[in-house]
Amino acid sequence: MMLKHLLAPRSLLLGAAVLAALAAAPVQAAWEPTRPVTLLIPAGTGGGADQMARFIDGIVKKHNLMKQNLIVVNKAGGAGAEGFLDIKSTPRDPHKIIITLSNLFTTPLATGTPFNWKDLTPVAMLALDQFVLWVNAEAPYKTAQDYLNAVKGGSDRQFKMGGTGSKQEDQIITVALERLTGGKKFTYVPFAGGGAVAVQLVGKHVDSTVNNPIEAVAQWRAGALRPLCLFDGKRSIYTAKVTSDMAWSDIPTCKESGVNVEYQMLRGIFAAGGITKDQTDFYVDLLTKVMQTPDWRTFMEQGAFNQTIMTGAEYRKWVEGAEKLHYDLMKEADFLAKTN
Amino acid sequence: MGGFAVVLNPFNLLLMLIGILLGVIIGVLPGLGGANGVAILLPLTFTMPPTSAIIMLSCIYWGALFGGAITSILFNIPGEPWSVATTFDGHPMAKQGRADEALTAAFTSSFVGALVAVILITFLAPLVAKFALKFGPPEFFAVQFLTFASFIGMGRGSPFKTLASMCLGFALASVGLDTVTGQLRMTFGTAELLTGFKFLTAVIGLFGIGEILASMESGLAFAGTQAKLNMKAVLQTWKKLPQYWATSLRSCLIGCWMGITPGGATPASFMSYGLAKRFSKRGDNFGKGEIEGVIAPETAAHAAGTSALLPMITLGIPGSPTAAVLLGGLLIWGLQPGPLLFIEQKDFVWGLIASMYLGNIAGLVIVLTCVPLFAAILRVPFSAIAPAIMVICAVGAYTINNAMFDVWMMGMFGIIGYVFNKLSYPLPPLVLALVLGDMAESSFRQSMLMSQGDLSIFWANGLVGTIFGLGMILLFWPVIQWVISKALTAKPA
Amino acid sequence: MSEHENSSAGPRLVSNRTMDIVVALVLLAVAAVVIVDSLRLGAGWRPIEGPAAGYFPFYIGLLLTISSVVTLVRAFLDRAGGEKTFVTKPAFRLVLAVLVPLVVYIVVLGFIGIYVASAIYIALFMWYFGKYPILRGATIGVAVSVALFLMFEVWFLVPLPKGPFEEFLGY
Repeated sequence: MMLKHLLAPRSLLLGAAVLAALAAAPVQAAWEPTRPVTLLIPAGTGGGADQMARFIDGIVKKHNLMKQNLIVVNKAGGAGAEGFLDIKSTPRDPHKIIITLSNLFTTPLATGTPFNWKDLTPVAMLALDQFVLWVNAEAPYKTAQDYLNAVKGGSDRQFKMGGTGSKQEDQIITVALERLTGGKKFTYVPFAGGGAVAVQLVGKHVDSTVNNPIEAVAQWRAGALRPLCLFDGKRSIYTAKVTSDMAWSDIPTCKESGVNVEYQMLRGIFAAGGITKDQTDFYVDLLTKVMQTPDWRTFMEQGAFNQTIMTGAEYRKWVEGAEKLHYDLMKEADFLAKTN
Repeated sequence: MGGFAVVLNPFNLLLMLIGILLGVIIGVLPGLGGANGVAILLPLTFTMPPTSAIIMLSCIYWGALFGGAITSILFNIPGEPWSVATTFDGHPMAKQGRADEALTAAFTSSFVGALVAVILITFLAPLVAKFALKFGPPEFFAVQFLTFASFIGMGRGSPFKTLASMCLGFALASVGLDTVTGQLRMTFGTAELLTGFKFLTAVIGLFGIGEILASMESGLAFAGTQAKLNMKAVLQTWKKLPQYWATSLRSCLIGCWMGITPGGATPASFMSYGLAKRFSKRGDNFGKGEIEGVIAPETAAHAAGTSALLPMITLGIPGSPTAAVLLGGLLIWGLQPGPLLFIEQKDFVWGLIASMYLGNIAGLVIVLTCVPLFAAILRVPFSAIAPAIMVICAVGAYTINNAMFDVWMMGMFGIIGYVFNKLSYPLPPLVLALVLGDMAESSFRQSMLMSQGDLSIFWANGLVGTIFGLGMILLFWPVIQWVISKALTAKPA
Repeated sequence: MSEHENSSAGPRLVSNRTMDIVVALVLLAVAAVVIVDSLRLGAGWRPIEGPAAGYFPFYIGLLLTISSVVTLVRAFLDRAGGEKTFVTKPAFRLVLAVLVPLVVYIVVLGFIGIYVASAIYIALFMWYFGKYPILRGATIGVAVSVALFLMFEVWFLVPLPKGPFEEFLGY
């Protein structure tokens, strides 16, 4: 399609290098699924995790990567708690995997659901999803600093930030931004889904959002939204023009614009707790094959994902760090569940 | 239009046929929703050109919309959420031996509703998209209030029982995670209650199981289900339909509006049913097998279901779960839904629109030919069909969340349905509260966050004020009617 | 929908009035649960945020209490309601005959899977109520289960509860 020939050579090379390194790792899976594998989505249909899971399903089927079928099931209840409790309830079942997002950490912390990622076996990090600070294209703010100055200069809670869900990633970023607004708070308005949030911003019902790129890109291209900054340590690697004059790589990082906030969201795969090394290896191998397909690279570019791929001990370590980070952020924001 | 040329080749026509048949199956079984079908078939469509694939998928969407009415009318089990209102009059009609008439009316109204919505999409897409942008939380709340106001006050019998039934619905709707604060409500530490009570579980139990228990008591039979098995009924029903043009037109408008905003097909069908009852000369007869009570919700549900595709195409926001999965499909094919799709992917968009016209016509022809076949199902003896219905209900309840808990809840709702029916607690207010409760509460509280607790946000602009005004008028309609009739009778004297 | 007159004659089991009282009491209990939990969550109107998480449920609970109390009082005062029959003994026996197997079916399907349970349920129902030969019922039961299996597990890939039998077949 259109985006395929927009793919920048640089990103292709980089992606290929990472994948080649992965593929070279010895992954001769001795184990194979003997029945259909269930892929759980701890989120509703149509969201970012759902899109990615169904995309993986599509690639597996299209390229015939697995003999057994992959069955995609949404278990979104209780901000994903339903899905996590489901996979926790069947330890050592090698035919169940789950795609995760930040609610892997935020849901148990905010609701007190008896669940921790250590109940599961980490398989692979597929990518990190970015967050961008967006305002309506008709708003006068050209940089993140402009906007935060306006918040600082306005009255408390005058500016409305739209986001997905409550006490989850969008609100965590909002609280982090509030450290830089001289005591002025945002009014955080929670909505049910990311697409709806972007449209609320186009309709000027809120002043800003921290949508993922894929949720807002269509409105950006249509000239309805303006990205102010990217919540990442370095700029995006995608240099192909998305609008007539800007590429993802043209969006400054928030740090560059003097707003020192970084946040990225895990898009990874976990399996049930206590499965064997062979079984884990099978899924690592399968996902590696998925990530080698051109379809996957197109998808990554479309959503301006940060293509950080990790498996094994490295991944486990990253998850540990991320859990600590979420605990600290949520403690600071007073989002932790009250344990009587 | 080049769109039709794209669609009209044998391969695509075959796909349309398969799509509609699959869709009807999905619509008939309460365990499979349109979203399921589309999601599951999406991967299979990667090997086709995107235009062919989207044609097939939109035909599944059509089939599911048509199919939902079948089980509602025949067995009082809504196959899809938006066909709940169809059971109110459709099933009584089937019990009177008029299943074929009810099915024909349902299918034909669906067709009309969808056709009007497609015409709207064809000619007014950009304009309508702008209108949808005007809807923020206060406007959503106003729409939900309007839906409620148009439906309420319709019960016979004790107003306190109506109130109790409605409150029970609202209470059940509030169980689970509160989206605004992220707090857990009324879950009492149980994992099962995290997801709350699902509308479909309740409906399958209240209507489907409740109906079987009631039939059981009255001696193992669906009363008077001797259906005629020929196509004559179709033509006879068609002769009757034109006199209900006003209901159709009103329902089309409601449906299109609710689909675009996006309020959803389910509220649209309830609102349309409520208004039809208000404005019909035979309003008192609603709920006892009135054909208008089938026309109104079916027309609106289809108009809404179809126009829900519009915000998806033009804004990238899905108006329904099915549309959400279709949206995922577009992304996978590398098509980016949004304001630019109409400009950059003309072929695709016009192919889609053309397939909507043709798919709708093909769907109508297919389902109408099957009317005698569907009606014939009622001739199967009760003792053979009842256990199969129970099994299908159980499957349906399970698949909503893939949880046994929902099957248990279905059983419980079955008993509630049976007891409530006998004590004349009306069920529709309970169901409506369950479907709207959560949404209405979220939009109200989102509005309050935005206005910092200032209620004046609900009349802050013309749009929200007008919708609220309409809602108020409808809520107090009986009083207004009374005042008007007083005034009229007073003058001549 | 609400007008199901009892066709089956027979001695009365319970009157409408008694059932009205029972249902009103159950609804009062539900209302109490709702109100208690709403108070835990906070049922007030917060200054800048608007209603708290328990605000709406609290008033819903209150309304439910009021309407149930009215129904309760009416039922107590209404002597005539005591005449009306809610359900007769033979009719209730028929309802139980459906309800009890349904409950058993639901319990059992959690253990042996929905397909086997459904086949058995359909076969027994047809044999007991329809007086069909057991073989005929069993055939139809198995046919329905196989059709469901093909539809859900094979074509639409929607997993339903499965038991040892399906496990044995490799699903």
